[in-house]
This record gives sequence, structure tokens and C-alpha cells, in this order.
Amino acid sequence: MMRWRLATSAVLVALGLCAAPANAERLVTSLSNYRVSIASNFTGADLVLFGTVDRDARTVARRGGYDIVVTVTGPRQTVVTWRKDRIAGIWVNAESRTFVDAPSYLAVLANRPADAIAGPELRRRLQIGLNDILLPQDIAGDVADVVRDDPFRMAFVRLRTEQGLYMERTNAVTFLTSTLFRTAIPLPADAPIGTYQVDVKLFADGTLIAREQSAFELYKAGFEQVVANAARNHGFLYGLGTSALAIFIGWLASVVFRRD
Amino acid sequence: MTHVQIYLPIAELSVNVFLIFVMGLAVGFISGMFGIGGGFLMTPLLIFIGISPGVAVASVTTHIAASSFTGAITYWRRRALDPALALMLLVGGTIGTAAGVWLFSLLRSIGQLDLTIGLSYLILLGAVGSLMVVESAQAIIRARRGRPTEIRRGGSHTWIHGLPFKLRFKQSKIYVSTIPVWGIGFFIGFIGAVMGIGGGFLLVPMLIYVLRVPTNVVIGTSMVLTLVTMAFATIMHAATNHLVDMVLALILMVGGVTGAQFGARAGQKIRSEQLRLLLGLLVLAVGLRFAFGLVLQPEELYIVRAQGAT
Repeated sequence: MMRWRLATSAVLVALGLCAAPANAERLVTSLSNYRVSIASNFTGADLVLFGTVDRDARTVARRGGYDIVVTVTGPRQTVVTWRKDRIAGIWVNAESRTFVDAPSYLAVLANRPADAIAGPELRRRLQIGLNDILLPQDIAGDVADVVRDDPFRMAFVRLRTEQGLYMERTNAVTFLTSTLFRTAIPLPADAPIGTYQVDVKLFADGTLIAREQSAFELYKAGFEQVVANAARNHGFLYGLGTSALAIFIGWLASVVFRRD
Repeated sequence: MTHVQIYLPIAELSVNVFLIFVMGLAVGFISGMFGIGGGFLMTPLLIFIGISPGVAVASVTTHIAASSFTGAITYWRRRALDPALALMLLVGGTIGTAAGVWLFSLLRSIGQLDLTIGLSYLILLGAVGSLMVVESAQAIIRARRGRPTEIRRGGSHTWIHGLPFKLRFKQSKIYVSTIPVWGIGFFIGFIGAVMGIGGGFLLVPMLIYVLRVPTNVVIGTSMVLTLVTMAFATIMHAATNHLVDMVLALILMVGGVTGAQFGARAGQKIRSEQLRLLLGLLVLAVGLRFAFGLVLQPEELYIVRAQGAT
């Protein structure tokens, strides 16, 4: 009896799995480049993301059309936001907050404002937009997110936005047809190296109906790669090499400009 | 050519090669003119164009190592340096550098490196600049009245000469305790590693006034100390803090050693007390720039730094 019930539910689950893709939309996306290299002339780059909403004959009609939110998250790092205060007449880094594993890069790209795409509850749950992204702080050993209007959180997001590392663009996703869309992911010159997660969410009528995740890598190429790796992994040898270079340049100058 | 951007792998930002090269050239010109390393100008300039103070300090040490080596070779050829004295200074200098790099790492981890660099620059440059301006102004006035302008070497004995462990330095013709020699070496190595300066503008007067080293060997000897402490600081900063940017240092060095040659020629055409007045004003100006930065309310109160870094 027990065995029968298990078998039946297994069949039902299998049927359910097959049925789901047949009814709902599927997202298919592609990036213009999955490995972006930083060479010495790197001044920033635009990655292009193309995607299409895959439908079939049985997919229900969506009267309100589709909405797309693309969230690109750079490598995470723990950072400290300092606030200066006047102490004894001079401005000193006085108070600080530690943001644990904050994205070093964050782009929220959508085809229209987030509040038109989904309700506040869903936006918070799916972390849609800079306001709803989780930025946990280390508060005396406890890691927790704070209220949205926390001054340190606001300052952190503002500074990152000014640097071009955080952005929220509500008109960055363009629908070329009713199901084909494209967007550009702007990478500034000082975007940190590492793996970038790309999370594409498809909404219709205020609910999430499909989600696709991919990633690309930003890496240093050629000479920069060698220098950065050497500095990080072989600090002592790198220091010796740099000193030797200094001695060489100094000696070269004394030969080139010798007057006596 | 004027718009060639280059990506600095350690500073992790893109800069204009031409701008960095011209900065190297200008600071090199000044350093050649005054016979100093120029770190006290180069480090602040890099900070003002947006390079983090840590990377600026660590990379400028490399730049000073190069320019002081060029200088040391020149003085060595003229036999205008005292190897024995340089060696004794280096004993203190290397220990001081190690201590400086240790403090640098500590300040970085507690987020107060920027403040310490700012305050040190303000105090040190303010004091030294004022002294130089006053001293050289008096010398100029004396010269106007037709009196000799040479610096008086004063009485030959102070309490310094009463200290034990005396050594005779033949080249300098002095017989002095090794304690102040090590002490001076330590001090220069220490502040050099923390502030990203060679310390020539402090070391030269110290050697002249405290140790009574004759002026003909003083600059050569100070350059040997600067060379070794700065090369050592480069290695230490690279090994502990990973902040030395080789690409940045290379552009600075090439500009710096070139500029120094032209500066040295220009310097020979100016009288020494006028040169000291100009240098004093320059030192004072950089000190004041830091004072404004500390006292005026900054436009941006917040700053974001990687954990354990400033």
C-alpha cells in the first residue's frame, strides 16, 4: 500500500515536471562575451545581453506584456564605510560600519520602474533594485541588514553609484519584439576582477514567472595579470624585482646623463 | 600621446600616462634642483589625483630608490660620500624601516592611515618648512649686508659628543658616538616607510647640525641611506601589504630621473640660500595643503574602503 502510494506520487511529480515547461514561459539569454579581459588600455566596457521569452502553443496569453529585471552582481567583498567627524578641530574617520560580503559591482537593469513591475513584498523578497538589495552589516558580531534609510547604508550606495559601480536603470532593457529583449551591462574602468553573476527575471502581471542565471568573468590579461598575480602571490619576490627595476633605472639614468 | 590611459594593476584604476609622467618629470626637476628625493611632493600629488594613500606611499618608495641611486653613483664617482658613516646609519635605517612598515600595516587595519599620513605631513613639513624659510631669509639678509653666508658650524662639542661607543669616521673627519648615528638612521627609515618620503630634507640638516658631518660628503652619504631604506621599504611593503604598483613606479621613475638631470643644472645657477628659501616655501605649502584638508569640513564625509585597508 505504502509502496503504491510512493509510486503514484513519483509519477505525479514526473508528470508535473514535464508539464511545467510546457505551460510556462522559458527564458533564453546570451551574453556578448563571457570572459572580459582588462588590458593596460582598459577604460571600461559594455557587455550586451540578449534574451528571448520562449513560448509555445499552450502558453497562456499575457495581456500586460512581459517585464524583465536583470541583476548583475560583481565579486563580493567585505568593506568598511567610514564617517568623518570633527574631533579636536580636525576631521577624523570616527565611526564605521562593516558591510559583510557586499557586491563590489551591482547593476539593476529593467524595462520600467521596479514599482511598476512587482509589488513591494515581492521586490523585497527577490531583492529587486538598489533599495531592496540585502547589504548586511556586521553589528558587534551580529550580521544583519539594517533599515533602508540607515545613513551608512545610504552613503555606501551613493558612493558606489558615484563611482559607477552601482546603478539602477529603469529604461535599460529594450524589447525588440514582444518576446525578444536586449540590454547593455556597463563595466567601468575600475570594475574589480572576478566572477559576475547575471540574474535575469521575467515578470508578467506582477508575478515572477521565469528566472535564468549565468555568469561572466572579468580578468586581467597579459602584463597586468602577471603583475597583479605576482604582487598578490609572491610579494617578497615581486618587491625584490621592483627594487631591482628601480636600481636599474637609476643606473641607466647615471649612464645616459653622465657628464664628466 | 596626451590621452593614453593605462591601467594600474595594483592601484586598480586607469590613469593618464602623460599626467603621471609629467608629475614624475616635475618632481624630478625639483628634486634635482634641491638635491632631495622629492617623496614629500610625489606622495601627496598621487593622493590628490585619487590614488589611495597606501598605494601612493608604497609606490613612491620605489621611485625614490631609483632617483637616490642615480645620485649616489654621481657622488661615489666624486668620492663625495662616507661609506663607513652610511653603513652605521643603515643599521638604524633598516630597523626603522621595518618598524615603519609594521606601524603602516597596523594603522591600515584600524582605518587611521589617511589621518596619520595627513597629520605627519602637516607637523613635519610645517615645522621643517618654517625653519628653512626663517633660516634662509636670515642668510639672505646677511648676504645683502655683505656678511659671509656660510652656515656656522657652531661649537665643536655638545652633549651628543659625550655619549659612549665612539667611532672615528675617517672620510667625514668626525669622532662620534654610534648612538645618535643609529638613532638618526632609525628615525629616517621609520618616517620614510610610513610617509613615503626619502627624508633627505631632514637627514641632511641632521647630519650637518647634530653629527657635524662636513657638507662635501653629506648629500652623497644621505643618498646612500635613502637608497637602501627605500629599496628595503619597497620589498617590505610588497611582501606585507601588497601595495607596490610596479607600473605606476616605473612611469614615475623614468620621469623622475629625467627631470632630475635638468633640475640639477638649473639648481647650479641659483644661490644656495635662495635655493633653501624656495625649498622651504615649497615644503611649507605642501604642509599647509594637508592642514586645509584636515581642518576644513570635507565635501564628502563618508568613505568606503576594503576591510583592513585604507
